[in-house]
Amino acid sequence: MKRQTENKKRYQQLVKEISPKPHYIKNCTWAFFVGGFISMIGQFIHNSVERMLNLSHLEATNATILIMIFVGALLTGLGIYDRIGKRAGAGSIVPITGFANSIVSPAMEFKREGYIFGVAARMFTLAGPVLVYGITSSVLVGLIYYLLK
Amino acid sequence: MAIKRIGTQTIKFVNPPLLISTASIVGPKEGEGPLGEYFDKVLSDDLFQEVSWEKAESKMTKEAISLATNKAQLKIPDIQYLLGGDLLNQLIATTYAARDLQIPFLGLYGACSTMAESLALGGILIDGGFADRVVAATSSHFSSAERQFRFPLELGNQRPLTAQWTVTGAGAVILSEKGKGPTITHVTTGKVLDYGIADASNMGAAMAPAAASTIVSHFSDTGFKPEDYDLIITGDLGIYGGEIAIELVRNRGLDIMKNYSDCGIEIFNGKKQDTHAGGSGCGCSAVVFCGYLYKKLVEKKYRKILLVSTGALFSPLSLQQGESIPSIAHAVTIECN
Repeated sequence: MKRQTENKKRYQQLVKEISPKPHYIKNCTWAFFVGGFISMIGQFIHNSVERMLNLSHLEATNATILIMIFVGALLTGLGIYDRIGKRAGAGSIVPITGFANSIVSPAMEFKREGYIFGVAARMFTLAGPVLVYGITSSVLVGLIYYLLK
Repeated sequence: MAIKRIGTQTIKFVNPPLLISTASIVGPKEGEGPLGEYFDKVLSDDLFQEVSWEKAESKMTKEAISLATNKAQLKIPDIQYLLGGDLLNQLIATTYAARDLQIPFLGLYGACSTMAESLALGGILIDGGFADRVVAATSSHFSSAERQFRFPLELGNQRPLTAQWTVTGAGAVILSEKGKGPTITHVTTGKVLDYGIADASNMGAAMAPAAASTIVSHFSDTGFKPEDYDLIITGDLGIYGGEIAIELVRNRGLDIMKNYSDCGIEIFNGKKQDTHAGGSGCGCSAVVFCGYLYKKLVEKKYRKILLVSTGALFSPLSLQQGESIPSIAHAVTIECN
């Protein structure tokens, strides 16, 4: 038994040596610039709707989120978002457009299994955990904030 | 007394079954790869005029079997057994093809090792005198495999450098007790091995120990030497898995470096086609064998090859439960005569 674990360890060491490492610098640079660019577009939309539609800061934020989600969903539907994600990695996953992508992509994928058990049931397979833990932690942070205030 | 057994894991056929014809159908990406010209049919659309990828995969299997049967100048009722499988849950690609073809069917699951497994069992049926003509067929489809094992296609994520690209393709081989063609002479059945790799995007590393173990057993059982083979070709270890397998075999005192290759490396041009570590899937060793290797054997460019199809026997469920990836490899010796 002990020998077996040792063999496994030695093997995993060999695999580590032979397997290539990801290009960290290249990947980070792409993520930084694409993520930054998406955020810049968001900021531009925010400023524009705030000024043009005469909205308050918070209302403009909500409108921007809606627009960005729409854009993310549209680019996913057109088959462009996965190509951006291939290069940008976290740069296009972290912004809210990535969240839209994580909902629209399984919805598209499982359309053939019907609108109930396909599209609707599978829509949140990737986004579900983000929603559950995102909302839970926001409630917790809100409670702490309330108690400390 | 099992007179056809040699060593611990190997069978030596007394009346080696002949591979009288093969057929291969591949998707557009495989058609653009370095082996494109060797395939019988390259699809222009990977949906193959169907409404789902699963149906497309099933249709590929069915067409490959029909095509191989036609090439051997046989009719479907002449085939006595269909042995085959694919990667999908409950083998739906192969079973729906079998529903239409009405050939007595034995479904096999060996993940990507299924091509060698079905060839081996087909050979056993024929040499055992249980059948005159058998078809062995396997398939995989990039899009149907992705959705079952990984992520939706349109999800914007990055594939690691060790990840492989599931081959869209189906291959079928007609085995017969008489006729013309290369023969299967030996079969080495693999054991399930697990060295604790749990990374589904590094399946080459998960499968390399199984491949190495089967290759080493094959040589010790048969008494062959690596030089006896023109080519020792694994199923889908990819670039890095292949390197690891060569290293593991070398540790056991055999050098296969000179005549080693991998179907997953041969089928794509990794740099141009962005497939990272190479091709994978049941269809990988199936179409490389049925398309490329079979033609080279018929042309006598290769006289004797060892096809070692490799399979990672995991499911997304087992990985989520914290299990590592067990693997298997089966080897078949194919000689031209």
